[in-house]
Amino acid sequence: MDTLNVQNLEVRYGDLVGVADVSLKVEMGKVVALLGSNGAGKTTTLNAIAGLVPASGGSIEWRGESITRQPAYAIVRKGLALSPEGWRLFVSQTVEQNLRLGATALADKSRMSHLFERVYECFPRLAERRHQRSGTLSGGERQMLAMGRALMSEPKLLLLDEPSLGLAPAVVETMYETLHGLHKQGLTLLLAEQSIQLALDIADYAYVLQTGRTVLEGTAADLENNEQVQRIYLGVGAAEEAVTTSPAA
Amino acid sequence: MLLLQVIVGGLLLGAIYALFSSGLTLIWGMMNFINFAHGEFVMLGMYVALLTVTYLGGGPVLFSLSAAVTLYGIGIIIYLTLIRHVMKGPMLAQILSTFGLALLLRYAAFWIFSANVVSLPQTTLSGIVDVGGILMPMSQLVAGVVAIVLTVGLHLLLTRTNIGSRLLAVAEDRNAAMLMGIRPDRMQALAWGLAAGSAGIAGALMAISYPFSPSVGETFGLTAFVAVTLGGFGSVPGALYAGLIIGLIQALSAYWLGAIYKDIVVYAMFAALLWLRPQGLMGKAS
Repeated sequence: MDTLNVQNLEVRYGDLVGVADVSLKVEMGKVVALLGSNGAGKTTTLNAIAGLVPASGGSIEWRGESITRQPAYAIVRKGLALSPEGWRLFVSQTVEQNLRLGATALADKSRMSHLFERVYECFPRLAERRHQRSGTLSGGERQMLAMGRALMSEPKLLLLDEPSLGLAPAVVETMYETLHGLHKQGLTLLLAEQSIQLALDIADYAYVLQTGRTVLEGTAADLENNEQVQRIYLGVGAAEEAVTTSPAA
Repeated sequence: MLLLQVIVGGLLLGAIYALFSSGLTLIWGMMNFINFAHGEFVMLGMYVALLTVTYLGGGPVLFSLSAAVTLYGIGIIIYLTLIRHVMKGPMLAQILSTFGLALLLRYAAFWIFSANVVSLPQTTLSGIVDVGGILMPMSQLVAGVVAIVLTVGLHLLLTRTNIGSRLLAVAEDRNAAMLMGIRPDRMQALAWGLAAGSAGIAGALMAISYPFSPSVGETFGLTAFVAVTLGGFGSVPGALYAGLIIGLIQALSAYWLGAIYKDIVVYAMFAALLWLRPQGLMGKAS
């Protein structure tokens, strides 16, 4: 059964079109990747699903119910959590406070201590720094905290915006191992990623976006051997990977 | 010994300044919004205390709580009916709306209560206490101490509780807070309730010792702006220190120069300080 079903999504910012026509499906228990270069519309798509930006056209259905124009605070309560672009941490608050804020949408508060344990188990670095202000964390730790914070609402579907962006290669590897582990525990993932190789290693299925439209889709194995992807995106992906690992972020 | 008495008296009044200024700084910190009607909230707190004593009787505990609860409600109503809507408009609309609200509240008070100066009847807090040789009116001592406790309490509420953490989350990043499942409008309504409530109870505490009329709100509003600017916009501890400093400067200049000079000295020092440190005493340079 489809759990998330996005049909012909369109998002406009005034006269600018963020997303022109994106359709995708995420089935329960799967890992789905959104691929595409910078500006292809990956972030806008995830933000629209999470309710941060309103869709100007198309529909978003979650487990048979339309969530198209619902606000973000209502959507997270339905079991979709987003780890957003740029992490968006509450930098004046501690690691633990950030995680506790992540649990605001949690229906059953008695699960809280269990969730804290699970997040600290996944990211031991966060446990070490639990009383530190999140503004003092390194880039890798911030990424961990953003993911951990999203996990605190015990989502059924975790939306991840560029989990590898700005991280050192060794940290990226650990991050993807952790994602793999979470998936093994039954978490469904939809992740946007510029680095095609990373995404296809973990994903079951992937969609390729180009200038706000879904232009290709297929299983990870199909896309890995697809000449068009090879030609257009792997080149771009490799070049941008070099950029993202530079000290820019 | 008289000088010491003046200093303590100034600090006790300053503590009340700190209490209502912390409400103003909370609103600024939460939503970058300047509330010109904040002094009128203090004035309303005084009249709520008077009405409570007149019609319900009871002592300072009852009328202070009554002022706090009533103004908390008024703060939330004002947020829901006015502020929430003008927030969507341009900055000028926001400024003028609370300026208009201040005039509305002030002249409504003139209309209902007349311009006469009134004071609360003698309460159980009448009398003078001797604290180690310093003679203090009981009412000022109790009011000052309660004000400090409440200001520190507000700070602890913001920094040590879940609800405070959510308030600060909305202040820091509204969209990210929404991703957590927090409804920003509810948190902002709560902030307005807390801000008006702290102003209301500060008014009640001052009404115990000082006579008042509908025009006092103007002075308190200005005092709050000075305290918020000195303390750094958005900082409750900053407002606490600044409130105490203003109370102290007023008391000392009244003692050395005469009562009519106390405001001149405060505002002159304020202007000089802004010239030297535009970011305020404790604010960070931007």
